[in-house]
Amino acid sequence: MNLEEYRGVWVFIEQREGKLVDVGLELLGAGRALADKLEVDLCGVLLGSNVKDLAKDTFEYGADKVYVIDDPILEQYRTETYMKAVGDLVRKYKPEIFLYGATANGKDLASAVATEVMTGLTADTTLLDVNLEKRLFEASRPAFGGNIMATILCKKHRPQMATVRPKVMKKLDPQPGRVGEVIEESISLKEENLKTKVIEIVRSAKAAVNLEEAEIIVSAGKGIKDEKGFKMVEQLADVLNATVGASRDVVEMGLCGHDHQVGQTGATVTPKLYIAIGISGAVQHVVGMQNSEMIIAINNDPDATIFNVAHFGVVADAFEIVPLLTEEFKKALKNEVEAEEGGVAHV
Amino acid sequence: MNILVCIKQVPDTKIIKINPKTNTLDRSSAPAILNPYDAHGVQEAVRLRKIHGGKVTVLCMGPPMAREAIKKCVEIGADEGYLISDRRFAGADTLATSYALYKAIQKLMKQDGIDLVLCGKHAIDGDTGQTGPGIARRIGIPPLTNVIKVEEVDLDSQQMKVRRKIEKGYEIIQSKLPCLLTVEKEINTVAYSPLPNMLRAARYEPIVWTVDDLEDVDIKQLGLKGSPTIVGKMWPPAKSEGAKMIDGDVKKQASELVKHMLEKRELFEVKGGEQA
Ligand SMILES: Cc1cc2nc3c(=O)[nH]c(=O)nc-3n(C[C@H](O)[C@H](O)[C@H](O)COP(=O)(O)OP(=O)(O)OC[C@H]3O[C@@H](n4cnc5c(N)ncnc54)[C@H](O)[C@@H]3O)c2cc1C
Ligand SMILES: Cc1cc2nc3c(=O)[nH]c(=O)nc-3n(C[C@H](O)[C@H](O)[C@H](O)COP(=O)(O)OP(=O)(O)OC[C@H]3O[C@@H](n4cnc5c(N)ncnc54)[C@H](O)[C@@H]3O)c2cc1C
Repeated sequence: MNLEEYRGVWVFIEQREGKLVDVGLELLGAGRALADKLEVDLCGVLLGSNVKDLAKDTFEYGADKVYVIDDPILEQYRTETYMKAVGDLVRKYKPEIFLYGATANGKDLASAVATEVMTGLTADTTLLDVNLEKRLFEASRPAFGGNIMATILCKKHRPQMATVRPKVMKKLDPQPGRVGEVIEESISLKEENLKTKVIEIVRSAKAAVNLEEAEIIVSAGKGIKDEKGFKMVEQLADVLNATVGASRDVVEMGLCGHDHQVGQTGATVTPKLYIAIGISGAVQHVVGMQNSEMIIAINNDPDATIFNVAHFGVVADAFEIVPLLTEEFKKALKNEVEAEEGGVAHV
Repeated sequence: MNILVCIKQVPDTKIIKINPKTNTLDRSSAPAILNPYDAHGVQEAVRLRKIHGGKVTVLCMGPPMAREAIKKCVEIGADEGYLISDRRFAGADTLATSYALYKAIQKLMKQDGIDLVLCGKHAIDGDTGQTGPGIARRIGIPPLTNVIKVEEVDLDSQQMKVRRKIEKGYEIIQSKLPCLLTVEKEINTVAYSPLPNMLRAARYEPIVWTVDDLEDVDIKQLGLKGSPTIVGKMWPPAKSEGAKMIDGDVKKQASELVKHMLEKRELFEVKGGEQA
């Protein structure tokens, strides 16, 4: 393999039902920095049916070029079709770095493509850099349940690929009118030769608790005691437009489903704001939330270990402070919205 | 219906300790267990066998002590277990792991045919979730990842339908058999093992293969040599200095907290547009 032939930073631009998914734009932000360092183009890869028009958005978020394959056979994500399409593009255009969002389909695709083109893939990264001297991509990720960070290198194979967790990288501010080059390619697969078929896609904001992608999480621990306490937490979450999380004990008490559980045996979350209410801070819980941007802990025990990972802490009785917080926040929000939007209610 | 389940033995990451001097894993600190997702894989295979007949085989790559993980699968109800164990497998990343497992699966497919391969959603130590799709690509069968339910298996038409977890919902996807599923925990609950299984497991000895027992193996694709990725360095994640504590009466605490929350005011703006 001649490593010199491989140039450029690529980002897989995931779309769902014809709409761009945030993580692709976040990766354009991260990819832009890498491409500038390496002095190469930043390119998007956009697949789907009737998706060509989405390309212009990617330019506004930093892409120089977008490879588009627009074909009805790509309407829904299927590993067999997407893997073939992306594999062909990689073989033809030879990028040196290729980033994918660590979403269900992004991880699925990246794993299949890595085997298809026989290269290395670093999973679930949260930190990206390049060593310019060696022109080597340094992708770092939490491992062993978040107990350690590891930098993974791929020295002798190209492209150097990584999946990147959603909500970790930052989108650039869009530059309206920024343009780039669209490169259209085609795919030669016939429906009758395929082995899989998507029968139905069901997306409902309510049915599935999606902690992994939540920006704000209000989490209940055993300190909330019972159903009434849990309601109180839900009310705060409601006002904040947050997703409700829980410790395992709360799930085991039957106050909510397992899909709300944060931690080692639940979801690993990285919201911008995590509020832990009546949670002691057991390591199994902490590994699932310690990378949140801002952590607020409420506990009546000043020695609770949750305060070690929190940014702000209050020692208080949850039953006193949570309803108060809900009220105060409602008020503050109302003031802000009124000040800015001339009285339009928050939705 | 012959089902193969790939299973991994992993250190229990809840208990694991990291040596602060070398930043490496202190393996002696953590007991080795069957990867929890793989227990769900075996359980699902046993459930399908009950309906469709056939046999459940488990396959593991690992050191000799990984026998214990295989025995655990026999407890859950697996019929047979293979351990591929050889120094030449050591140090494998996911590409090299899927190659080694693929070579063993090829041999097993020749022996008695395989209709379905199951893997866990991920292993709790390496935690990449990349091995399953890698194996599927090598065998040339479809991978169906993040499966939360097997909806239907039709052996006559060699088709199956599963429910895949995706963001904010699920999809139902149909696939020709054989195919490979990676399973989520929601797919089932791992039952307590009945006594006869426990007794059988206690006596059970897995079949052990080395590289030389596999056919047409390209040694260069195995282990550390066959791995495009390497771990460069490891370090402990930055520890927070501890929380800034907010004192005063509850009223004051609440309003201070609101102030800090509003530092993230971009979160609370009335905003339109599609989110992920
Ligand atoms: C194999 C395994 C896997 C696990 N996986 C997970 C996991 O994924 N997620 C998880 O969360 N746990 C997990 N656990 C469990 C974990 O070890 C802890 O037991 C659990 O996180 C504790 O939950 P908690 O903090 O809600 O309860 P507790 O530890 O009981 O803490 C309750 C807290 O509430 C405080 N409190 C009490 N009353 C009040 C009040 N009125 N106002 C304010 N605070 C109050 C107390 O001071 C205490 O700190 C796992 C354990 C094992 C063994
Ligand atoms: C700190 C650290 C970070 C790592 N990061 C990466 C990385 O980013 N990229 C990379 O390619 N490798 C990485 N590795 C190597 C990786 O852990 C190994 O390749 C491992 O053999 C398989 O990957 P996994 O543990 O992620 O398994 P996963 O892919 O998460 O496992 C999914 C399923 O595959 C099956 N399976 C996995 N391993 C076996 C096995 N040995 N025997 C039988 N079935 C199995 C099981 O069904 C399992 O549930 C890393 C290792 C360490 C220690």
